[in-house]
Amino acid sequence: MGILSRGGMKHMSRKVLLIEDEPNIAEAIRFLLTREGWQVETHAEGTDAVEVIQGANPDLVILDVMLPGKSGMDILRDLRELDDLRGLPVLMLTARGQLRDREMAESAGVSRFMTKPFSNAEVLTAVRDLHAQATQS
Amino acid sequence: MATLNLLILVCLGYVVLLFGVAFAADRMAAAGRGAWLRSPLFYTLSLSIYCTAWTFYGAVGNAARSGLEFVTIYLGPTLVMISWWWGLRKLVRVGRSQRVTSIADLISSRYGKSNTLAICVTILAVLGGTPYIALQLQSITLSFSIFAEADPSGLYREGSSVFWVAAGLAMFAILFGTRNLDANERHHGVVTAIALESVVKLFALLAVGIFVVWGVAGGVGPMMDRIDASEIGQWNVDAGRWTTFIFLSAAAFVCLPRMFQVMVVENADEGHLRTAAWAFPLYLLLMSLFVVPIAVVGLDLLPEGSNPDLFVLTVPLSQGNEWLAMLSFIGGFSSATSMVIVTAMALSTMVSNHLVMPIWLSTQEGSGSLSGDVRHVVLVARRVSIAAIMALGFFYYRLSGGGAALASIGLVAFAGISQILPALVGGLFWRGATRTGALVGLSVGFLLWIYTLLLPGMGGALMSSSVLQDGPFGIGWLRPQALFGIEGMDPMVHTVMWSLSLNTVAFCVASLLSFPSPLERLQGAQFVNVFDHSVAPRGWTGSVAQSEDLMIMTQRILGAGPAQEFFQAEAEQQGGRSSLPEPTPAFLERLERELSGSVGAATAHAMIGQIVGGSSVSVEDLLAVADESAQLLEYSSQLEVKSAELSRTARQLREANTKLTQISQQKDNFLSQVSHELRTPMTSIRAFSEIMRDTDGLTDEEQTRYAAIIHDEALRLTRLLDDLLDLSVLESGQVSLNMGGDTLRSVLDRAVSSALAGTSKTLTVRRSKASERIPLHTDLDRLGQVFINLISNAQKYCDADDPVLTISAHDVGGQVVIDFADNGSGIPAEARSMVFEKFARVGGDKAGGAGLGLAICREIMQRLGGDISYLPGQGGAAFRVQVPLAYRQAAQ
Repeated sequence: MGILSRGGMKHMSRKVLLIEDEPNIAEAIRFLLTREGWQVETHAEGTDAVEVIQGANPDLVILDVMLPGKSGMDILRDLRELDDLRGLPVLMLTARGQLRDREMAESAGVSRFMTKPFSNAEVLTAVRDLHAQATQS
Repeated sequence: MATLNLLILVCLGYVVLLFGVAFAADRMAAAGRGAWLRSPLFYTLSLSIYCTAWTFYGAVGNAARSGLEFVTIYLGPTLVMISWWWGLRKLVRVGRSQRVTSIADLISSRYGKSNTLAICVTILAVLGGTPYIALQLQSITLSFSIFAEADPSGLYREGSSVFWVAAGLAMFAILFGTRNLDANERHHGVVTAIALESVVKLFALLAVGIFVVWGVAGGVGPMMDRIDASEIGQWNVDAGRWTTFIFLSAAAFVCLPRMFQVMVVENADEGHLRTAAWAFPLYLLLMSLFVVPIAVVGLDLLPEGSNPDLFVLTVPLSQGNEWLAMLSFIGGFSSATSMVIVTAMALSTMVSNHLVMPIWLSTQEGSGSLSGDVRHVVLVARRVSIAAIMALGFFYYRLSGGGAALASIGLVAFAGISQILPALVGGLFWRGATRTGALVGLSVGFLLWIYTLLLPGMGGALMSSSVLQDGPFGIGWLRPQALFGIEGMDPMVHTVMWSLSLNTVAFCVASLLSFPSPLERLQGAQFVNVFDHSVAPRGWTGSVAQSEDLMIMTQRILGAGPAQEFFQAEAEQQGGRSSLPEPTPAFLERLERELSGSVGAATAHAMIGQIVGGSSVSVEDLLAVADESAQLLEYSSQLEVKSAELSRTARQLREANTKLTQISQQKDNFLSQVSHELRTPMTSIRAFSEIMRDTDGLTDEEQTRYAAIIHDEALRLTRLLDDLLDLSVLESGQVSLNMGGDTLRSVLDRAVSSALAGTSKTLTVRRSKASERIPLHTDLDRLGQVFINLISNAQKYCDADDPVLTISAHDVGGQVVIDFADNGSGIPAEARSMVFEKFARVGGDKAGGAGLGLAICREIMQRLGGDISYLPGQGGAAFRVQVPLAYRQAAQ
């Protein structure tokens, strides 16, 4: 498939993969993005997250940090090691709002970093911006 | 006629002059400007305290009574000065290098610092010195009375005047003799005053002599005729008496405490002896020059029965020459006062150092340190001793009535003090001399002197005439004045011969028979070979070459910087021709003080002494150095202990710091986890409330569902905060327990129903209620909280298809043990140690808790004096709760 197919399908079907272990938070984000016209897939486990992402081939990943099995940071690092996922936009969400976490995420190659609790508008803006950047490049 | 008042005025003026001279000399010496005070002339003049009132007045009296025999008193010292110069030099060298303070100190020092010997010598000196002081007081009284007889007012009272004279002399000796603690230090004030008095008495006697020869007799020729005509010129010489007296005066010259004081203690330079060797005999010659003319003229002019002891005064008076008589009086006054002052000083040093201080020190034993006020005590002891010795002399004078002829008292004292001679000379020249020898010899001589001379001479009061006649208990050969049946001898010759010869024999025999102690042997060598290992003491003096050595030594002790600074400052102060200061006494003294701050006083003194050579290092110095080293060792071992303590403290601090860092890390982690646990429900709440606010057309279903989520998450937040507060209270130990009694069964009943209420998940709880009839006394609510937590955990986490929790209880030795085991897969072994930690959630299970439940359980059980632990090997997850049957306060 590759870039062409993704670019060609961009107006029809935009897929976001949400990796979040808190079911209520996942439900809220799914509600928001579905209404924006996104196809939302969710996953609540850290251990196999990289394989799931590879398999789902999403346009955007929303990633929690504290995940069972494997932390969001490690997942992000592994993604950036893979050639075809190096440019994938990743929005990271964390409930640990320390500066150290933001720095770690940035050095791991995060596209956008947000602290919980967030406003819905912020999340939507971030998702739009990231998607716009990805399609322009 | 001169009135008595004028005489008293002149006397007082003279005394004021003496005080002034002594004061000025002390000031000059202190200011370092008194170099001329240390000249050989002053030394020679100070030696002339040998000529007391006894020689001033008594020589003429002696000449009038016994002819030329008086010359023996001058011949003895002259012979010593001229022929035994080398012996005196050795004495002075030993005295300076050993820093002795008196003749008692010297003898004691030589014989291994024996205080017994020092006490013997001191007692001997006091016994001999007291009548001698009385003699001086008497001479002043007698001379006063000559003037008083002519005074019409009759105001003169003998007793009170002697008292005031004695008090004044005591004050002088105290003021100028005990200014400094160091008795070994020179007393420039006293020595200068004595030198002045020596000049005055010589001048007075010469003036009277010249007046007699040229004024009365009419020239040398007529004078010689008069002498030839008188009995004095024809007197036969008694060889025995002459030899004895010459020997006696020679011995006394060396042994008298006051002579030792001026000759050895006050000696500034050994070289002064060279001058004194001819100058002092010359002084004695001048003193004796006109004795015979005055005696002859006195016998001629004055009526029969006049006291020849006072011819020096009465001859000028009889010729109407009042001023000359007054000068003569001042001369006699000078002789008496100088002798009394120096004797009091010398004796007080001996008494305070060898009698008072040892007694005081022994009473102070065990009362800890005595460094502080010893100095003060020594000074007070010396001052009180002076006053006491003076008082002793005064009372002796009052009691004896002053009747005996002046000369005879002097000779008795000479004979007594001469008993020291064998021990002194033997100590200087014979290494084999021992303490025992000295002690035995001294005792023998001393007792013989008392028995044969002192007691018989005091009249019938102390020794009955029958003893004198027939010997004690009728034993003839023990007669005091005819020992071993040798009769017909002059009593003085008899005493001197027997006491000194037996003294010497006893000293030698006892020395040969006894063995010296190591210290004695060492001191013996130091004394006998004093010239081998000491250079001439000139105080602290030296050359610039020595300054370099001093500099090197000082650098080693103080360090290069401070040493150079000190030397430079000193050089500049001296006028600064060279970069090194001249080793002047003042500089060396300051250097010694500077060094003693670092290495201790004794060591500093010994070090400078070695380089400058002022004194050899004495045994006392070495012992003091050893003491200091011991103190240093002690100090350094204390430092080692301290250093070990410090490193122990440092280790403890490091450990504490590591612990604090860990705690701080734990706190950071805890806060981070708390933050996470708070933010997660808040995220859901915010998101759904914004959805409900911003989204139009939500279905009723959706609205209800989202509101329910918000509600659940709010409850979750509340639970979390409750748990946190609960844990915080439990951890801080400020929890108040609410004690009550019930059976285990009813506590479990309530917990099971409370835990299972309101949940949809099913959990079968198996219990054996029969075994639960155990009465408990504890905080039942808290225990119930633990049970609820464990049941809820089983409910939440048991992953079996048909979850079953088995609760079993039994009573073991005062404790109830309750096991909770489910049939799930249990907790992985590696996670078991973590389950009781805060926010520990095994396997990331999100069953609603924040991970504080088991941490709270652990805290509760610790407060209740029990325990909670994971129980492995039960198939599923299993926990064991132990709780005491009755809560004990001690459990906390």
